[in-house]
Amino acid sequence: MAGTSLFSSTASFVGKTMTITELEARKLRHEPIELLSRAVQPALWLVIFGQVFTRVPGIPTGGLPYISFLTPGILAQSALFIAIFYGIAIIWERDLGITYKFLASPTPREALVLGKALSAGLRALVQGVIIYALAALLGVALDLHPLNLLGVIAAILLGATVFSTFSLIIAALVKTREAFMGISQVLIFPLFFASNAIYPTALMPAWLQVIARLNPLSYQVDAIRALMLVGGRSAFGLGVDFAVLLAVSVALVIVGARLYPRVAV
Amino acid sequence: MAILETWSLTRRFGALVAVDRFTVAVQAGEVFGLVGPNGAGKTTVIKMLVTLLRPTSGTAQVAGYDIVRQAAQVRRVIGYVPQALSADATLTGYENLLIFAKLYDIPRAERAERIRSALELMGLTDAAHKLVRTYSGGMIRRLEIAQSMLHRPPVLFLDEPTVGLDPVARQSVWGRLEEMRRDYGTTIVLTTHYMEEADSLCTRVAIMHLGRVAAIGSPAQLKAEVGEGATLDQVFVHFTGGELEEGGGYREAERTRRTSRRLG
Repeated sequence: MAGTSLFSSTASFVGKTMTITELEARKLRHEPIELLSRAVQPALWLVIFGQVFTRVPGIPTGGLPYISFLTPGILAQSALFIAIFYGIAIIWERDLGITYKFLASPTPREALVLGKALSAGLRALVQGVIIYALAALLGVALDLHPLNLLGVIAAILLGATVFSTFSLIIAALVKTREAFMGISQVLIFPLFFASNAIYPTALMPAWLQVIARLNPLSYQVDAIRALMLVGGRSAFGLGVDFAVLLAVSVALVIVGARLYPRVAV
Repeated sequence: MAILETWSLTRRFGALVAVDRFTVAVQAGEVFGLVGPNGAGKTTVIKMLVTLLRPTSGTAQVAGYDIVRQAAQVRRVIGYVPQALSADATLTGYENLLIFAKLYDIPRAERAERIRSALELMGLTDAAHKLVRTYSGGMIRRLEIAQSMLHRPPVLFLDEPTVGLDPVARQSVWGRLEEMRRDYGTTIVLTTHYMEEADSLCTRVAIMHLGRVAAIGSPAQLKAEVGEGATLDQVFVHFTGGELEEGGGYREAERTRRTSRRLG
């Protein structure tokens, strides 16, 4: 009997999580413009930044053209930018009153947090499709093996979970839009630049390499770089990449679920 | 039998005692009103009863479940309409109901019928597939009540259900609440600062002042207590001292105004 109830409570948890994600997906369907407008920024990075830096000789990209090296970094970056501002939506929903009703419903807090995180992942996946198309146009050699694509999808979802839940935790702590925007603006560039997204960490001074090594974004970029590109290689090993992303996701969802009710107080 | 009972329910925010030893017993099938000026502690009481806020001390039971130790069970047996607008404006009315039908574990086979009948009861059938953004204030409130009632909870909490609504919309919300009480025997706990609302809807009223219950009884009893021919407005002034509001503060004022503006 214990097995049955474990199964049914797991099924219920997954169902509730999916319901929260479905809610966000339905919103996106009503507002497709938002998704397209968000694709402008990564396109500019690839087309302008990528084209210029391709001309810089001597960047140790492990034998890849720089534009290829950059593409996974920009994919991870666009997911990061979507996810890190997710907290503002949490505060906005609190101000509207939506949050109160969800918290007073029999939905596990973990399902609320994870459902939101996966919906950030869903938005990031749409960005991914656009970036794959752009990269193909720019002549990046993409590995389209189904297993590689699945791996990239997993890395995008995990990265979005890490950063959107991180954002939710900040929102639950600071509670106001003004303070949240301030903190996010301060965090986003260190997260992005202190990583292997747009240049190899080998170019960094030692202290910065340490920070990049602690930054979950580096593991996401490393996994995507290995899986997305023909001739891409993982610096840390795919097992390490996914283990780190998964462990950080689980830890942040647990912390986020404890703190989320605080936005309603 | 009391379906809702509180014992010295107290909540402090720092030095402020928002709710001070709040003790009431609400019988099944009652429409119980919490009235009082802004900052009297009405919303704080509701937030504790719907498990959003832990009491500092004291306790309460809803449908036999303790609001702290059995919060998950409490959430299954209550419906809650917060003061701020809580329907999602970027979804359709139908989608708002569908999501909550799923979150409240209404079996797949029953969902369509529950949603259909909720839309019909609230007079929203024609608008079901329009975005909530296009709804009027009264329609949004009725949709929110429909959401909170999909799982037929024995106890329904409404925080300022008609704030910002015009008289016609207010009447329509009252009418639907009355129908629900009649059809499902729902116990309703609501807060309001409209005396006429308390007078026409509530079987009993607790007048709150500075976090405490200043008076409690049926509207008729309270009026009789104050004097021959007294209105509930006079009762209110009598028990709250009639002074200008002091509590609430900027955030509450901002929220009420935003809600009113969106209800337009």
